[in-house]
Amino acid sequence: MAMRDARLVVGLAIIVSLLLLGTVGPALVGPAGLHMGAAGYSQPPTAEHLLGTDPTGRDVLAFLVHGTIPTLMIGLLAGGIGTAIGVILGLVSGYVRGPVDTVIKSVADVAVTIPSLMILIVLTALLRTQSIQLMAVIIGLLAWPYSARAIRAQTLSLRERGFVTIATLSGRNAVEVMFLEILPNLLSYVMASLVGAISGAIVAAVGLQLLGLGPINTPTMGLMLQYAFQYGAVTRGMWWWWGPPTLFLVLLFGALFLISVALDGLANPRLRRATAAA
Amino acid sequence: MSAGYVLRRLAVFLVIVWVAASINFVILRLAPGDPVAGILVRIGQQGGSFAGGDEIIRSYRQAFGLDEPFLVQYAKFVASFVQFDFGPSLSNYPTPVATIIGAALPWTIGLLAVSTMIAFGLGTFMGALLAWRGTPEILRATLPFLMLVAAVPYYLLAILLLAVFAYGLHLFPAAGTAPIGGLGATGLTRIGEILGSSILPGLSLVLGGLGGWMLGMRGLMVGVLGSDYLMLAEAKGLSSRRILFRYAMRNAILPQITVLALALGSIVSGAVLVEVIFSYPGLGSTLYQAIQNSDYTLIQGITFLLVVAVGVAILILDLAYPLLDPRIRYGHA
Repeated sequence: MAMRDARLVVGLAIIVSLLLLGTVGPALVGPAGLHMGAAGYSQPPTAEHLLGTDPTGRDVLAFLVHGTIPTLMIGLLAGGIGTAIGVILGLVSGYVRGPVDTVIKSVADVAVTIPSLMILIVLTALLRTQSIQLMAVIIGLLAWPYSARAIRAQTLSLRERGFVTIATLSGRNAVEVMFLEILPNLLSYVMASLVGAISGAIVAAVGLQLLGLGPINTPTMGLMLQYAFQYGAVTRGMWWWWGPPTLFLVLLFGALFLISVALDGLANPRLRRATAAA
Repeated sequence: MSAGYVLRRLAVFLVIVWVAASINFVILRLAPGDPVAGILVRIGQQGGSFAGGDEIIRSYRQAFGLDEPFLVQYAKFVASFVQFDFGPSLSNYPTPVATIIGAALPWTIGLLAVSTMIAFGLGTFMGALLAWRGTPEILRATLPFLMLVAAVPYYLLAILLLAVFAYGLHLFPAAGTAPIGGLGATGLTRIGEILGSSILPGLSLVLGGLGGWMLGMRGLMVGVLGSDYLMLAEAKGLSSRRILFRYAMRNAILPQITVLALALGSIVSGAVLVEVIFSYPGLGSTLYQAIQNSDYTLIQGITFLLVVAVGVAILILDLAYPLLDPRIRYGHA
């Protein structure tokens, strides 16, 4: 049973707490602290500013709570776009076969080996993306090959099953068979792809921001780390500044990892038995 | 190894190089107006200035044939990229981009090669131990913790390591010990300095990579362990160690090498950011400088080179694979 998997429970609990931080937090901590000079400069945590302030006088806690939802948004938008494209291409490739399959498979095989961060760097360095939505869309458009390959492989085996033959014989057309017969049976793989894509998208977005290539008009964890890194916060010992976004991201990636391992276990019972025995 | 297999792998490599060069061409076209002039104008607006701006524009136009028909432009662009001719660096004019890259490249290759080999070898071995019956309980209890560490991206591990070792304990140099591309010292001192500045970046890459290889190898070992030939090996009275290394691991490890080929891209991307965190004098830090200076030709050159480097590494792995798997060597797979 899914909910008996401790990893899934812990992972989901962390995600829910982060969501609470992003929804309840802004109600408690106003956006005033986001502006430069709103609080003291480079102050360690005090009763007034629970997580201290940065050298330009921004309140770290305000940045953290207001940056939570935008950070998660980037992941959801980019991961969603990447997975949607990947699922459609994977289904078509695996079900239709023939030249279509050859083209999609070859492109996906080459595309997974190209480090997409390099393409993202060249793109964002020239276009200077000024919104997190645009950055998320660009990341998402490059994220499809992984899910396309995973879904294609599963579709190849499912299309030979009896229920697909019966559906075809009863007059379902190809689109109906792919999306109404095969896709529902692949839900655990789609979910695993989505979780992986969300995680990968946030890794890429924060990476771009660390390089100074992200939008600077929306508070995100990546932007916090970008400012903190440019100022040398780590070597200056300003743990209250670089610590919170780092901890947030560590928890987030840890949670997504636990969820994806749990989903893998659901999709692959042999691995589950081995883990139980170990 | 069949000739067809080698040719297919070579073709894939050439396609990667061609695609990477073409993407750079297309991206330049996406930006409105004359790419080089546009960049220089923007840098001017941001308050920076370049000596000989007009000269840069002219030489770039000439080098990439920007006044010629579209297809000629494209052909020239790809041709010069493939020869690693990226034109002059915009922020260090007239030093060619290739020269700057050449100075930083050995640092990055060294860091990547050593840390990837350690992470892959150690992670694969520990993953095999996790699935093996004879493994001591203490290892079974502690190793899975490393898998959780692998969920954290390389650059966050780098920040944490920097905080603990360089700031908290003052054990290692926090920043790179050398200016990009050169060190004054020679001999042992130099080797010591290189090791000193490589240890934390390398540790980030190893710690971040270990868990993935463990997880993968554990799954593969589970698939092999039920096999009849292992039972036969046991029945023959072979030592447990020999069965583990020569029979079980040897057969389980093959897909790990395929995964390594697929993972190289993200390892290289991770290494770039780790270099930035530690100011390690390799391509990553050079790239960071280029981004800060809006040096677009240098950005293009470094990213293209890293894509090609990953392509070369995958080609080598692909060509080595048949040596490990006789089924491919003899063309049965």
